Amino acid sequence: MFTSFGKYILLLRLSFKRPEKFKVYWAEVMREMVSVGIGSLGIIAIISVFIGAATTIQVAFQLASPLVPLSIAGKISRDSNILEFSPTISSLVLAGRVGSNFASQIGTMRVTEQIDALEIMGVNAPGYLISPKIIAGVSMVPVLVIMSICLGITGGYIACLAGSEITPADYVAGVVDGFDGLTIRVALVKAVVFGFLIASICSYQGFYTSGGALEVGQSATRGVVYSCVMILFADLVITRLML
Amino acid sequence: MIEVKDIYKTFGENEVLKGITATFKTGKNNLIIGGSGSGKTTMLKCIVGLHEPTKGQVFFEGENFTEMDFEQRVPIRTQIGMLFQNSALFDSMTVEENIMFPLNLFTNQTIQEKRDRANFCLERVNLKGRNKLYPSELSGGMKKRVGIARAISMEPKFLFVDEPNSGLDPKTSILIDELIAELTVEYNMTTVVVTHDMNSVMGIGDHIIFLHQGQKWWEGSNKEIAHTDNQELNDFVFASKFMQAAKEKL
Repeated sequence: MFTSFGKYILLLRLSFKRPEKFKVYWAEVMREMVSVGIGSLGIIAIISVFIGAATTIQVAFQLASPLVPLSIAGKISRDSNILEFSPTISSLVLAGRVGSNFASQIGTMRVTEQIDALEIMGVNAPGYLISPKIIAGVSMVPVLVIMSICLGITGGYIACLAGSEITPADYVAGVVDGFDGLTIRVALVKAVVFGFLIASICSYQGFYTSGGALEVGQSATRGVVYSCVMILFADLVITRLML
Repeated sequence: MIEVKDIYKTFGENEVLKGITATFKTGKNNLIIGGSGSGKTTMLKCIVGLHEPTKGQVFFEGENFTEMDFEQRVPIRTQIGMLFQNSALFDSMTVEENIMFPLNLFTNQTIQEKRDRANFCLERVNLKGRNKLYPSELSGGMKKRVGIARAISMEPKFLFVDEPNSGLDPKTSILIDELIAELTVEYNMTTVVVTHDMNSVMGIGDHIIFLHQGQKWWEGSNKEIAHTDNQELNDFVFASKFMQAAKEKL
């Protein structure tokens, strides 16, 4: 485990060495940002709306008491979305979609000697392949998380319109009541950290693939599993430190 | 000129290269031949720096490549072209982008100059007009030729070729061999080819090194190979009935 961690740190160091030409790297960063951001919009939108709606219904169901104002369900639903569901669930889904893509893409390049070809040309392969992915992860996951928060809250509103547990007016009153900007800061810190973990862990797994198609698949699986575990661990640490 | 001095390479307990010393001459097709597992590809990878030798040194034009770090190697690496066994073209790029890739990173040429160079290289390997195709749309022989075009795009002084004929039909194999031989003369390159194809050996082998069990077993030219009394080399080169018949006619 310590050897792997050492290799991971060394790979990260190599990834952020001065590029041979910024222009070429910048084009790669843009390509990866489109792949991570635009490519993940659909799945993030779908899960956010459904999780937002389901959370609102469940919270309203659990708080069905004459002693508790119904608007509290909107408030709990909002904070749950901002603090936990949007950053963490979205990142777990992104680990599956984006992380497996990173690991299998780099792994395939490794087993088909494309990384060797880069190295022969004098290109810093970790820098060219991994740094654009990390930059894309760190910059686009927060954007997706913000979008997920908005859609999650919208999903809750749709659930109120469609159901009878809580009225839309109560929900909106709860959503705007006692909003604390710290929750958004926590969500963004989580998003940045999770974006980094997904991109770096999956790229690391891909970069050190050896063998053939079977091993590329195994690297992708390992990348997703390790990123998910690290996301949950980081989630706990950030929550503990910031709240 | 490339000099390899007393190279050893060990993977775990498996000693693949056992003290090989060789010189690869400029303007010649230098072939490394040998049976499967003899250490040909490992030797090639040690020369180009994809593997670090356990012991020994590699010199490019007198400069000690083995002792250089990554940054120091870059000026030499920009003078190296390599054709991989499976071509190793970048899947996400078109043929033209593949050829322009090293030019984008290591030259300050304008887009038009890079396009012109890519077109010239493609024309040189008889693939004019295939610029916009992706590697997945090419046949094995075409991939090899694009690989060669990419390798010569920076006008290298050293060309390394790993199994250029693997997976190709005999006619295409000969075309690839001829192309490599022509380019070696045209660019006055030091060309090192790893192969076990006997057509290549007899066709373009100006200087041949035969590896056996990780050691240099024989060295000579394609003209000398037919008359050698080296048992292992004879067993390797003239393994087929066709080659035995050809030898009798020589």
